[in-house]
Amino acid sequence: MTDEPLLRVSALSKFYGSRVGCENVTFDLWPGEVLAVVGESGSGKTTLLNCLSTRLLPSSGTASYRMRDGQFRELYRMSEAERRFLMRTDWGFVHQNPADGLRMTVSAGANVGERLMAVGDRHYGKIRATAVDWLSRVEIDEDRIDDEPRAFSGGMRQRLQIARNLVTGPRLVFMDEPTGGLDVSVQARLLDLLRGLVTDLGLAAIVVTHDLAVARLLSQRMMVMKDGRVVESGLTDRVLDDPRAPYTQLLVSSILQV
Amino acid sequence: MTDIATYNFAYLDEQTKRMIRRAILKGIAIPGYQVPFASREMPMPYGWGTGGVQVTASIIGPDDVLKVIDQGADDTTNAVSIRAFFKKVANVAVTTETAKATIIQTRHRIPEHPLSAGQVLVYQVPIPEPLRFLEPRETETRKMHALEEYGLMHVKLYEDIARHGRIATTYAYPVKVEGRYVMDPSPTPKFDNPKMHRSPALQLFGAGREKRIYAVPPFTEVVSLDFEDHPFEVQTFDQPCALCAAENVYLDEVILDDHGGHMFVCSDTDHCEKRREEGHRGHLAPETPLALEKTEPAQ
Repeated sequence: MTDEPLLRVSALSKFYGSRVGCENVTFDLWPGEVLAVVGESGSGKTTLLNCLSTRLLPSSGTASYRMRDGQFRELYRMSEAERRFLMRTDWGFVHQNPADGLRMTVSAGANVGERLMAVGDRHYGKIRATAVDWLSRVEIDEDRIDDEPRAFSGGMRQRLQIARNLVTGPRLVFMDEPTGGLDVSVQARLLDLLRGLVTDLGLAAIVVTHDLAVARLLSQRMMVMKDGRVVESGLTDRVLDDPRAPYTQLLVSSILQV
Repeated sequence: MTDIATYNFAYLDEQTKRMIRRAILKGIAIPGYQVPFASREMPMPYGWGTGGVQVTASIIGPDDVLKVIDQGADDTTNAVSIRAFFKKVANVAVTTETAKATIIQTRHRIPEHPLSAGQVLVYQVPIPEPLRFLEPRETETRKMHALEEYGLMHVKLYEDIARHGRIATTYAYPVKVEGRYVMDPSPTPKFDNPKMHRSPALQLFGAGREKRIYAVPPFTEVVSLDFEDHPFEVQTFDQPCALCAAENVYLDEVILDDHGGHMFVCSDTDHCEKRREEGHRGHLAPETPLALEKTEPAQ
């Protein structure tokens, strides 16, 4: 870890008319750190994630990102071209529904290779070799490289989406319920994979989830949100083992014990 | 011919021509950029060259000599009708000879005879947006052009190689114009793509239904997209033209009977006739000259 954060968020708010999306969110994210944002549905988690990934413009507040040259840039003051470039090189976005993040009508190989081609890679053989490498890293058989994601199972699609996002070596990945809609054994393998990738690549990640188990497995730090506000934040183990805010206590005690 | 006064010169009214000329000038100023224009209803259905006809009508003058081709041929319905149309509404001279024409309106071919400075090639374009089948939203494709985000175009070529082992796109092959805009060269065979590169002729593209005009000014770089290890290449044919024995030209397959008999002939009819006039003979050329070849000089 360096002594400067990767992302600085200060007093970020998003209002939908008079309704609150998220309000007054402030935090720093450090390189290689995984931050989980938890809370029940409607608590503003996804709104916050969309604001941070510049898919939505916030109503007020700032977020600055440390670019590869070490300079902090204010995200909402960047031009659209710069933001889109950032999104497909230095960032990744893993959607809850893989169909939103994948091109369902082109092959798995092209899905992985798209970002490489977008940044100017023009050698078919190399693009394909990189795609093969990434498919094996996310445990997809090499002989499925020319299949369309439509022919893949939910778990495979999600892994393909992860490969597609990580191929350009991003430093920050946004994940929106990455294990949502998957059965538990597939979830477990996906989490295992994600944990391995995050550690190996030193990725920073912001993971939005309502599943506290996912948060405990993946993240070092967590923020608990309710009604658009952060009610508690701290180290994941501390928050889960010793919840202070009444809402967090309720949330932790609501986990079904099997 | 007699009722020319019924129409304004070249059918369109002067205000419309002015609007189209402005779009053309803007297109020339930004090579490969699709300029929206207020496409008019023309006395022909969409898909029959309404865009090309409007462009031609806006640039044609009384001294111009017009040639119209359809898939390379001067004698197909579309070509004959458009030629007759301009003869009627503009009273201009028409020709089938590439070298004598000042304006050549074309559907899906570039003539084999090299174009020269001063000539204008007008393309009829059905779908001007090269990214359309990859990204259906117009707002998104315009943004992609604006931000020069053309990775998706290579995704299509990647898919071709992954599925067929080579780039299987044979027509409407995407090109990059002057190192900036990716452009659809209209559904010309990719065989014709190299002819667009640094062509001395002005190339104008009109899409009537889609309401877009774009242009490639003379001597402009037009580069076909490809991969380093799968470079762009044009079609080649195993045999020469069956009528005029021409090689290195684009050939059409013509079915001769229902027993599988077929022959390959030049798609550019003017080029083929010229060569036969010069005495070239393919293996299926008739022994006795046809009526067509009456003008052929004695050998």
